[in-house]
Amino acid sequence: MRANPRDVRTGILYIDGDVAAAEGALAAGCKFVGGYPITPSTEAAEAFVRRAPQVGAMFIQMEDELGSISAVMGASLSGKKSMTITSGPGFSLMMETIGFGAMLEIPFVIINIQRGGPSTGVPTKTGQADMMQARWGSQGDYEVITLSPDSPQESFDFTIKAFNLAEKYRVPVMLMSDECVGHMTEKVVVPEADKIEIEPRRLYKGPKDKYVPFKPDKDLVPPMVKAGDGYKLYLSALTHNERGYPTQNIKNSSSRRLIDKIRLNADDIIEIKEEGLEDAEVVVVSYGITSRVAFRAIEQARKLGIKVGNLRLVTVWPFPDKKITELSKKVKGFVVPEINYGQVVFEVERCVHGNANIILVPHGGASVHNPNDILTAIKTIVKDKKRYDGILEFKTELELRIFGSGDNK
Amino acid sequence: MKNETHPMENYLRMDRIPHIWCPGCGIGLAVTALVSAIEKANLDLNKLCVVSGIGCTGRVAGYIKLDSFHTTHGRAIPFATGIKLANPELKLIVVSGDGDLISIGGNHFIHAARRNIDMVVICVNNFIYAMTGGQVAPTTPSPAYTTTSPYGNFEPSSNVPQIAESAGAVYVARWTALHIRRLTNSILEALNKPGFSVVEVISPCAQYYSRINRLGDGMDMMKFYHDNSEIKHFEPTDNLSIGYQKEITVGKFVDRERPTYTESFQKWLKK
Repeated sequence: MRANPRDVRTGILYIDGDVAAAEGALAAGCKFVGGYPITPSTEAAEAFVRRAPQVGAMFIQMEDELGSISAVMGASLSGKKSMTITSGPGFSLMMETIGFGAMLEIPFVIINIQRGGPSTGVPTKTGQADMMQARWGSQGDYEVITLSPDSPQESFDFTIKAFNLAEKYRVPVMLMSDECVGHMTEKVVVPEADKIEIEPRRLYKGPKDKYVPFKPDKDLVPPMVKAGDGYKLYLSALTHNERGYPTQNIKNSSSRRLIDKIRLNADDIIEIKEEGLEDAEVVVVSYGITSRVAFRAIEQARKLGIKVGNLRLVTVWPFPDKKITELSKKVKGFVVPEINYGQVVFEVERCVHGNANIILVPHGGASVHNPNDILTAIKTIVKDKKRYDGILEFKTELELRIFGSGDNK
Repeated sequence: MKNETHPMENYLRMDRIPHIWCPGCGIGLAVTALVSAIEKANLDLNKLCVVSGIGCTGRVAGYIKLDSFHTTHGRAIPFATGIKLANPELKLIVVSGDGDLISIGGNHFIHAARRNIDMVVICVNNFIYAMTGGQVAPTTPSPAYTTTSPYGNFEPSSNVPQIAESAGAVYVARWTALHIRRLTNSILEALNKPGFSVVEVISPCAQYYSRINRLGDGMDMMKFYHDNSEIKHFEPTDNLSIGYQKEITVGKFVDRERPTYTESFQKWLKK
């Protein structure tokens, strides 16, 4: 299915990442946003609501984030593509209902413009420290999909992709953007509507009396119906069987399938951008805005003759386990810069199985890395002969002056 | 052998009966009143949705054969708001408890009333958190005992009709589980009224509230309602606080007109 020309602002736009995400949502056919103002995400909501009346979309500013995410659940079950827009503190408030959405397999998108944390943190500056929360913030076991853009163009493209994945897999999909990308104004090319592929709602087509709400298709995803279509649908976030009725028999419930529908379809879902991996001795694994900063360090290292591979995670969750394991057998080591004190690096470590060295280049947030730090980490991997005991945490020159060298070279 | 069927079979998920409610509980009566009202209202059943939160009353959605949703604790109203705004032709009925709607969901209750979103909210008030074993609620009268107020509750309690009226509800009524015919009529009036309507149902919790306070069983609670309820239509809602084992004022208190959210939105769109 192709996008509706009415929804797409075709042309070359000069907009920031927040606005680009809103344009992406509109292009994807999003018709409902429930939101609550939070810095640094407000521009996205403002951009959406300005265009909403022209495309027959609805925006409601709810009384809080608990309300906005709940309204999104209801609207999606009414058949409208729906999303909410938030940042850290709001994201935390939404957690319970994200789990509800995962449990009832409601397609929806969350735009999370990450900011410095924890708690109120640095509201107007960047961060990447919600990555683990995005994966497992709500209680219980479930799987989600996240996408990390590094530019306004990707904010636009990945928001469309987010809606497509949400509809295809009936799963919460999060655009894990950040303040830096959100407030960065750049050229965004919005293609013509007939060039934009849209995943329609997976509607049940069989006879009405045969409908079983959680009976999956072959790809483990069950088709949906809309509220008001006469199916007398009953949905409960109690652990439920195919019929949707509460059960305490886990084997008979959808619990395992919620995990499997993502894990077993991971090859279809995972997107990575790779370059120079063929003969790399060091691989920089990064995502979001940090990829752009890392690119500078990679360029400089290459000028010094170091063979550096660039592995960008577009989908951080599900994580590209196989790819990292495969690389770990060939390279000396990995450098993982992220704007937190180590989250995704532990996933890298899990997949490396001790085959190679890993240096974490952490950052406390409120700004991006100094590319020189990433470069130093790359050089350290090349230079070091011994195998590190676990992850080596990089310390900046400033930190070294204050805290001493510790393990660091 | 006679093969009789339940008179409400068309409206209930019979494959889920028996329900989970305790003997002497009033929630079943609230469901009976709701189903009778739906039957009388002669509405398109395909366009009716029931949304519940969490708790004893939260289980109502699971027994009613309409599009029905058992949501998270306190979020029945915003969930219903999303359904309604995405498809304005649907009629929403929220059935939940006092803890769900007035405590954890209190903010949503106030704002849905302010927006005048077209929905009927049936608040079953049993003065206690019953599903979790009888803890103190914002509706627990002072000085009632509960498991988390073992020396008696000293907090003042919420007056549900007053909150509803002051927040902007267009229709507010209160009945006890004993007033089944009047309750049915109120729900019917609410179903036919556009806007945010609230019907409070004072309901016996025979297992927790009445046992810990030594008030007898469900039947004793009903006798108490019989002897102590007074019908006062259009009584000012600030007179409607419920004291411990004191008189319960019931009736229809508010019935007024305000443009609904959907009407206001459509009008604004035309501009």
